[in-house]
Amino acid sequence: MPDLIVRAEGVRKRYGDFWAVDGVDLEIARGECLAMLGPNGAGKTTFTEILEGFRTRDGGMIDVLGVDPAEATGAWKARIGIVLQQDRDLGDLTVAEAVHHFSHYYPHPSNPDEVIAAVGLQESAGVRIDRLSGGQRRRLDVALGIVGQPEMLFLDEPTTGFDPEARRDFWQLIEQLKYDGTTILLTTHYLEEAEALADRVAVIARGRLLACAPPELLDGRDNGTTEVHWMENGVARMEKTQEPTALIHNLSQRIGGEIPGLMVRRASLEDVYLNLIAGDALESS
Amino acid sequence: MSLGHTADLGFRRARIELKQFFRDKESAVFNFMLPMILLVIFGFVFGGQELGPTGITFSQYFVAGMIASGIVYTSFQNLAISIPLEREDGTLKRLQGTPMPKASYFIGKVGMVFVAYLAQVTILIAVGMIFFGIELPKSGLQWFTFVWASVLGLIAWTLLGIAYSAVPRTGRGAAALVTPVVLVLQFISGVFFVFSELPTWMQNVASVFPLKWLAQAMRSVFLPESAAALESSGSWQLGMAAAVLFAWIIVGALLATWSFRWTPRGR
Repeated sequence: MPDLIVRAEGVRKRYGDFWAVDGVDLEIARGECLAMLGPNGAGKTTFTEILEGFRTRDGGMIDVLGVDPAEATGAWKARIGIVLQQDRDLGDLTVAEAVHHFSHYYPHPSNPDEVIAAVGLQESAGVRIDRLSGGQRRRLDVALGIVGQPEMLFLDEPTTGFDPEARRDFWQLIEQLKYDGTTILLTTHYLEEAEALADRVAVIARGRLLACAPPELLDGRDNGTTEVHWMENGVARMEKTQEPTALIHNLSQRIGGEIPGLMVRRASLEDVYLNLIAGDALESS
Repeated sequence: MSLGHTADLGFRRARIELKQFFRDKESAVFNFMLPMILLVIFGFVFGGQELGPTGITFSQYFVAGMIASGIVYTSFQNLAISIPLEREDGTLKRLQGTPMPKASYFIGKVGMVFVAYLAQVTILIAVGMIFFGIELPKSGLQWFTFVWASVLGLIAWTLLGIAYSAVPRTGRGAAALVTPVVLVLQFISGVFFVFSELPTWMQNVASVFPLKWLAQAMRSVFLPESAAALESSGSWQLGMAAAVLFAWIIVGALLATWSFRWTPRGR
């Protein structure tokens, strides 16, 4: 039995007649990074905010670090870290002022200067927050989320609007947090981000959990149809197969030795994801 | 969380709030400097006009009213505009997600308001002394009145500001809903005009609200005893002023507890 940080069973939330979250079961083990994917309005943020203690629920059971978030106490909040979507606050303070100030809220904070360095803002420590770039601003949000040394970190779309380089740097930061043992729930729209960071991926649509598995196994991705590409007599060839190993074996014998331009392509996470969402949309219509 | 920790974080919040207050140019001008600007302009426009046989000028009368108004600007107007903005830009939500005790947030607001007022009233008194012949309080009783009127006024208007912060739906619209209240109160409470010269019904309306009593108490501090003749009742009515301010503290506390929201409506 793994050490479970998050345990949610049959969680439901209603706005009027609309069930934004409609019976979600989810478990996250200590040290795990779980990525939550889903279209806009799928209920990701609502579900996350219920786990964070910001919203009430209309049904189901939740246990985060041994506490029901609906009865969140200061001691519990000291053990979690929250990075919300798109904050615009604190503009008049400098990076260092904000991180130092927030560190006092927590019983066992990290050294604020080390946190600033860890998120790569040491050069901007004296800069006013309203003068940071979008990527720097998100790094500051993460710094404020981790300065209390949380056991559980919630990241809601942390890299929206990043350029590719900034995103890579950000991923390194998250890898480091994972390495340090932080449990992470990451909400994102970027499939390559989920693939790079997550131990497991949960796909949510219309308030329901469609699938939850390691990214390389999601929805039978490991044993579905595979595309094999190669070159033969100067022509690009492709064949879809359930048995790529046998096909390559045959090819190798036919061509004799190395197969030019050989490429074996499993369904990408994006293929699997879009397939899941499309299937769900079909079911609803 | 211990009481000491809550108080410590409250002081830390006051420090950080003050930094934000003075670095935000709009709030620094609108809540902090405006009373000084108004004092200088109106003080010079109506300058030497003497009020009856009392020997005091309107500008001196006006200095006392502006000191009372300064309390309303730094506490009520400041909070009623800034809290809706904090609700909108994520400040309050971020704080809610941390273990900071909620009481520390309010201690921080009160601390910020007190320090901003102290700085403001010092400058207002200095301007009054340099340009308009105001004198520092002479008797111990006047100093005592100055302290209790300031403290009661700040507490009452701070609580009312927190309560009123639930009224604006958006941060952007807040100023438009707050400033008219402050302006109208100033007009009817004896700040821009001599109170006893206002129509009786207006005096009666103003007497319900705390600014009128605050201004009257400040006049007793900064004007000579002879100026009491200018009051509607011919006296300073300090007991009554204290009672009204105290009543508004209770009303403000009830309203603030009942109406304060951490999240925007409809969440």
